[in-house]
Amino acid sequence: MIDFTFTEEQDMFRKAAREFAETRVAPFVPEMEKTGKVPPDLVKALGEAEMMAITIPEQYGGLGLGFVARMIALEEISRISVATGMMLQVLALGIDPIVRFGNEAQKKKYLPGLARGERLATVAVTEPTGGSDPTGGRTVYSKDGTDYVITGRKCFITNSHIADVVTLLAKDENDPKAFSAFIVEKGTPGFKATHEEHKVGMKGCNTGELSLEKCRVPAENLVGREGKGLRVTMSAIGDVGRGGMVGCALGLHTACLEASLKFAKDRILYGKPISVLQTIQNKLAEMKIDLEAGRLLAYRAAAMQDRGEPSSNEFAVAKYFTTETAQKAAKMAVDIHGGYGCMEEYAVSRYLRDAFVLGPSAGTSDIMKVIIARWVLA
Amino acid sequence: MKIVVCVKAVPDPKEICRIRIDPVSKTLTRCEVPLVVNLLDKHALEAALAIKESSGAFVTVLSMGPPPADRIVKECMSLGADRGILLSDRAFAGADAFATAHTLARGIEKAGPFDVIFCGMASSDGATEWVGPQIAAFLDLPVVTMVRKFESRQGDRWLVLADWQNGYRRVEVRLPALFTVTRELNRPRALSFSGILKARSKTIEHWDLSSLGVSADSVGAQGSPTLVTEISPVENRRDAEMLRGTLEEKADQFVSRLAELGIV
Repeated sequence: MIDFTFTEEQDMFRKAAREFAETRVAPFVPEMEKTGKVPPDLVKALGEAEMMAITIPEQYGGLGLGFVARMIALEEISRISVATGMMLQVLALGIDPIVRFGNEAQKKKYLPGLARGERLATVAVTEPTGGSDPTGGRTVYSKDGTDYVITGRKCFITNSHIADVVTLLAKDENDPKAFSAFIVEKGTPGFKATHEEHKVGMKGCNTGELSLEKCRVPAENLVGREGKGLRVTMSAIGDVGRGGMVGCALGLHTACLEASLKFAKDRILYGKPISVLQTIQNKLAEMKIDLEAGRLLAYRAAAMQDRGEPSSNEFAVAKYFTTETAQKAAKMAVDIHGGYGCMEEYAVSRYLRDAFVLGPSAGTSDIMKVIIARWVLA
Repeated sequence: MKIVVCVKAVPDPKEICRIRIDPVSKTLTRCEVPLVVNLLDKHALEAALAIKESSGAFVTVLSMGPPPADRIVKECMSLGADRGILLSDRAFAGADAFATAHTLARGIEKAGPFDVIFCGMASSDGATEWVGPQIAAFLDLPVVTMVRKFESRQGDRWLVLADWQNGYRRVEVRLPALFTVTRELNRPRALSFSGILKARSKTIEHWDLSSLGVSADSVGAQGSPTLVTEISPVENRRDAEMLRGTLEEKADQFVSRLAELGIV
């Protein structure tokens, strides 16, 4: 039999996450929208609320709660601020290669600080010459004694300027088919965050470029085996990154529906609230149907992940569906608000801008279809 | 130090538009709306947990309610309470403040010796403010209501600042005693993921009528000397009345209307 109910404990996680989002995250939203910068106190609050510790095993200072709990937290935080949800989801993405492919010394060195939120992580794969096709990257490494020397440029990297620990992908200078993953720490000579992007949405979530000029890292910073780095980074993006975007999309979708419901009940036209109009009801119903379906896809994939089953295909389906429907929901929310939907005083205008950023992150909808087609044709 | 905190499961005030009044029992229908810990009781729990952290204490949370109230007891344990007890029995249903206080008092007696009892000043649904003082009466304890600050705690002598009419009163109390608290006392802590995990190993004790050893006619609706005969929501209504004439005439009419309505 299939049980679709959350456990009492999971309900409490949701309650805790919702309370945190409404009381600790919401006050930062205006500042994030205005400045486009990550508020340091928000990062501190996320750390205090143990949000970075969710997927880290207990023996390394984490909570070991797994991916259903992570989905719940992301959904609740993104309901209030999808920019914060995005930042948080990529922090976990940065943590995942160390958890799954890191050796014992790397786990002991990095995970406790990452769990406490004292240090922040990200993954850097995308380059101007390749994101959807990671093998198109031109960042190279060469071996010099026991060290590796990396040169190249990464772009569209979430948390680029705030991350202390970056797991990045580079290819062997002498073997263009051999990719390896390395941990590069902030402050390493030759490594720096350069251009900071100004996105249309998710303002206050940092995205930018990383530059590596003959950046020397010791051999102990190699994650997994040399030449097997694609597996390290792509499985993190496939399972954790994609799952994270699903949580962000669900939260944003919920926010769109809640704002639309409130407006539709309050807004009087023809002497009655517009919620009695069938055309508005159709939109509300569509938003609800998509949200319910998206949740089923999302939590099924997350539950599979918690059971240790392969779930990247299921996450590809969930990522495609939830991000597409969240974008649709944001458009409908703005439509329901009429002229007010174009005003920045109303959150739905932000939701529409944020919704566009959901698409390309962790793989565009077109790439999701490529993955899904490969799955069904296999 | 042993502290008992009485908490009540109340309908989530955020869902106020979904709260209905049962036309027969004249009580709020609780089960259709999610139950949450009464906000002022969270302040009471925070007071207990702060003492536990600063000078050590064993904190017991006690609630009376239907089985779904289990969750709010568990939530209090996730926040840091050491022991959780839910008094639940069909016979307890329909209790007024008197019968509620009586049942809680018997529960407190059964729970063992204690030094302090904390209650929220009032519940967000019933809002009588009577339960705390009546528990104190049943247990023959001193009581200070509307405590906003614990100024000092010297052994069994506590100095507290409490709201009183338009001012405050400073009261020295000898323990054991019962205090009802206001929201000014503290800022309740947030539920944390690790707190929820720690509460995994804590089990809630369920006590029914027989385990309390009280008679059915002393609890619930049967044991309630007061009966709510009517309850109705506040109706917000706005009327517009257009005044006509010159400015001076309209001003005169305005003053006359205010006088008619008893406003001036």
